[in-house]
Amino acid sequence: MSTIGTTSVPRLRVGVKLSFDHVRETHVLLYPEGVLVPNKTAAAVLELCDGVRPVAEITAALGKRFTGVRSDDVLDVLARLGERRIVEWT
Amino acid sequence: MDVNRPLGLLAELTHRCPLHCPYCSNPLELIARDAELSTEDWKSVFSQARELGVLQVHMSGGEPLARPDLPDLVAHANDLGCYVNLVTSGLGLTEARLDDLAARGLAHVQLSMQGATAERANRLAGAKAHDRKLAAAAVIKKSGLPLSLNVVLHRQNHDQLAAIIALAEDLGADRLELANTQYYGWALRNRDALMPTREQLAAAEPVVRAASERLRGRMEIVYVVADYYEPFPKPCMYGWGARQLTVAPDGTVLPCPAATAIKTLKLDNVRDTPLAEIWYRSESFTAYRGEDWMSEPCRTCDRRGIDFGGCRCQAFLLTGDAAATDPVCSRSPNRDVVDLILAAPPARDLVMRG
Repeated sequence: MSTIGTTSVPRLRVGVKLSFDHVRETHVLLYPEGVLVPNKTAAAVLELCDGVRPVAEITAALGKRFTGVRSDDVLDVLARLGERRIVEWT
Repeated sequence: MDVNRPLGLLAELTHRCPLHCPYCSNPLELIARDAELSTEDWKSVFSQARELGVLQVHMSGGEPLARPDLPDLVAHANDLGCYVNLVTSGLGLTEARLDDLAARGLAHVQLSMQGATAERANRLAGAKAHDRKLAAAAVIKKSGLPLSLNVVLHRQNHDQLAAIIALAEDLGADRLELANTQYYGWALRNRDALMPTREQLAAAEPVVRAASERLRGRMEIVYVVADYYEPFPKPCMYGWGARQLTVAPDGTVLPCPAATAIKTLKLDNVRDTPLAEIWYRSESFTAYRGEDWMSEPCRTCDRRGIDFGGCRCQAFLLTGDAAATDPVCSRSPNRDVVDLILAAPPARDLVMRG
């Protein structure tokens, strides 16, 4: 993978689903043979990963909901999700 | 004690299967078609399981495609918010059937393979299946669904390990599960013919390690060890009644897929008892949950939170006591039972699954 930046476009990997579990009252990431519970920040970022929006746009969208959102922090979250094979870059 | 909600449900929709694999872990006595749960029964199982916390549903068997109501069941489980896996031999998986299942929310397919070549794989499956599996793999890839290949390893196919990995790569598998045979059900009958040699296992280790390294990011390789050769037991089910449950074709609810092996265990059925009641309060699920059931050496062992005493079914099958330490453990007073099995001369002939 080349360097990722604010123009990179993340999406959930094939086979990964983000959904809300009403039983546990939390977002969950479901993928082959596994379940992950993302923290609130990760869930907010993942909800915006549609394979179209670049990181800059995701950051801007998050900025409308939360204060002090920086693209570096968003990139950080996404890089970690990439390492866990949740997110890939288009 | 605090009881966790289950995450996974193994739904054994049917025991009927077109293959005759000698390593089959289903019980010797299979459940007949007319004893299988109805479509409405299964839907109720999935609804109850979701309310209980289940997020992963594995549609398995036998061959789940043998159930004509599979599309209905997949749709129902998906609509509930579950991640739906299909565990299949691939026989009968046409493009039309798979596209329909995918449209109804199927998320992932696990396809079994018996070997790297048609000649070997067909012999091990007891059916002309290999080429049809290759066709099924192509159909799955074309659908865009993630593909896992499941390969059970044993003495009669360990020599093809490198070729199996290459085949998985060729087929574009996203995951490859290489599982040494676990000896339950029919497989236990064939243990002396299936048990890999120490040399085979030693040869496999660097092959798997190099392939995992090389394919990182492209194909995930999961390797399940041959526990008889290990000094410590497997963390079976990550603890009894801790994360998963199995529902057999007739509605019997099992804490582990092999639990019918434990003849002393009183099992409940979803036809008579709500799933939540069974998960939280039944004799079968509470029997070995947590640590209270443990005796020495497990009770005070520093590894009891790592392997939970190993496998209850294996303890029962090899020692006659389901509450004993898994005899695979080098700290078990019964380890000699396992060593004797490993020292026994290999059997040549496999008894194919009837």
